[in-house]
Amino acid sequence: MKLKTITTLLAATALAAVASAKNYELLNVSYDPTRELYVEFNKSFAEHYKAETGDTVTIRQSHGGAGKQARAVIDGLAADVVTLALAYDIDAIAEKTGKFPADWQKRLPNASSPYTSTIVFLVRKGNPLGVKDWDDLVKPGVGVITPNPKTSGGARWNYLAAWAYAKNKYGSDDAARDFVTKLFKNVPVLDSGARGATTTFVQRGIGDVFLSWENEAFLALNELGKGEFEIIVPSLSILAQPPVTVVDANAKKKGNLAVAQAYLEYLYSPDGQRIAAKHYYRPIHPEHADPADVARFPEVKLVNIDDEFGGWQKAQKTHFADGGTFDQIYLKK
Amino acid sequence: MSSSRHRSVLPGFGLSLGFTLVYLSLIVLVPLAAAFIEIAGLTWAEFTAAVSDPRVVASYKLSFGASLAAAAVNAVFGLVVAWVLVRYPFPGRRVIDALVDLPFALPTAVAGIALTAIYSKNGWVGQWLEPHGMQVAFTRVGVFVALTFIGLPFVVRTLQPVIEELEPELEEASATLGANRLQTLARVVLPPLLPALTTGFAMAFARALGEYGSVVFISGNMPMKTEITPLLIITKLEQYDYAGATAIAVVMLIVSFVLLLLINLLQRRARRIA
Repeated sequence: MKLKTITTLLAATALAAVASAKNYELLNVSYDPTRELYVEFNKSFAEHYKAETGDTVTIRQSHGGAGKQARAVIDGLAADVVTLALAYDIDAIAEKTGKFPADWQKRLPNASSPYTSTIVFLVRKGNPLGVKDWDDLVKPGVGVITPNPKTSGGARWNYLAAWAYAKNKYGSDDAARDFVTKLFKNVPVLDSGARGATTTFVQRGIGDVFLSWENEAFLALNELGKGEFEIIVPSLSILAQPPVTVVDANAKKKGNLAVAQAYLEYLYSPDGQRIAAKHYYRPIHPEHADPADVARFPEVKLVNIDDEFGGWQKAQKTHFADGGTFDQIYLKK
Repeated sequence: MSSSRHRSVLPGFGLSLGFTLVYLSLIVLVPLAAAFIEIAGLTWAEFTAAVSDPRVVASYKLSFGASLAAAAVNAVFGLVVAWVLVRYPFPGRRVIDALVDLPFALPTAVAGIALTAIYSKNGWVGQWLEPHGMQVAFTRVGVFVALTFIGLPFVVRTLQPVIEELEPELEEASATLGANRLQTLARVVLPPLLPALTTGFAMAFARALGEYGSVVFISGNMPMKTEITPLLIITKLEQYDYAGATAIAVVMLIVSFVLLLLINLLQRRARRIA
């Protein structure tokens, strides 16, 4: 009789446990080159969350040019978290929708950027033109491939990296403007996004130097055309911080707020850092990553956008808004 | 007891007209009205600044110029293709007939990628052209090639049924009455084809103006040189400048509408001649 009571009780608790184990579905809206990273990270997080809470999380991913993705969220795509190429695009979401506070970047460590990257050069095998640094890109006859900074987040990093180099070397904004103007005179094609530019350089064989995210360059090196390319690291580049944040209002509405926060925090965990490094993103805690992965990242002097350009809002207005320095390159002939 | 003097044999005029108006409003007019409402937020100065920016003006020239040129080329060669497909039985005609529709069915991005692959300097065609100084991909010529590609079916498909209706006896009669070949062509064959030809031209032109997917791959998108107007609209959207994007869109809309109206008038006149 007693035994029966106990079994009933046990069965009841087991049932209760099953009933309380929830199913969550998160939508992560990200930019182009993070596909491979988030495939692995999502799997790892789902396992981690299951072990910790017993709840099941399914993560859906959406990828595309950062500007396009931000616009989709502004227009109502119900993203629980956004993981985009630059802070400006996430600022735009905050400003236009009010779905999360404007000071979102203070909510997670390292300006809400769990991993960073930089801009490097990809050249064809043997580096036939002997490209070593930014100065080689403005020489006549060198074809430089970059996407359009108006539409591509990565291309804005490219542009600012070139600007920062010239300003540091030649000392003034005017000199930097001349330098960047000369550089863009060497650009034969302006694709709208990073993946399109990769195709132009890798598949179409156009151009001699490809300005690229470091992680995209590694990807091209190891997966797209093994042995056909080399990475050249310039003397100075920019610290690219692709930030992440929870879209509070969306996540709250779907009852996902806690799991969405846990998802982003997990990017900072040893596991998250290890996976980021594996996919060629520089982890902010390299001690958690595989030393072999960390060893792949070359030493490079990096400037950051806040010190050099006074933050994204200002950089956007000066350089990429209509009539900004980028437009002037093509208007004055 | 007749309530109206012009009573149609078939009933349901009121119902079908009502349906037509509601349907057109939902599908066409409401989105267009939304575009006009969006630009209402701009002052006149902001509007003119947005639509007369040098980069935007350069893109109008390319978009309208290349679209007109492509539609004109399609009108000539589409006529030839349609004529051959209708008049001459030859082995493989069905296959070629089906091929004409391919630019319709193909996703435009696929067309763009394929054309770029062919015409870029390591492509099938590009590798022969480039040494002779002819660059197609990433130039205005590339834009024209893509627009010609997507416009062809419009001309061929509007002409085919009309050519089928043409009776070869008329041409024979013209010949027996002493007209030479050129006269037969100009006085007997072409006039009845003219209305359909202008329709096909107008459709190919309209389609080319709005084309985005295939062009952005092959154009290279260089500011002031190879940017088409739809690309600039997308660029503005990606900068969260909805009103500016809509302003350009409205200009395109008005110009296209006026052009299509003119073509329709031309077509009426052509029909009268025929």
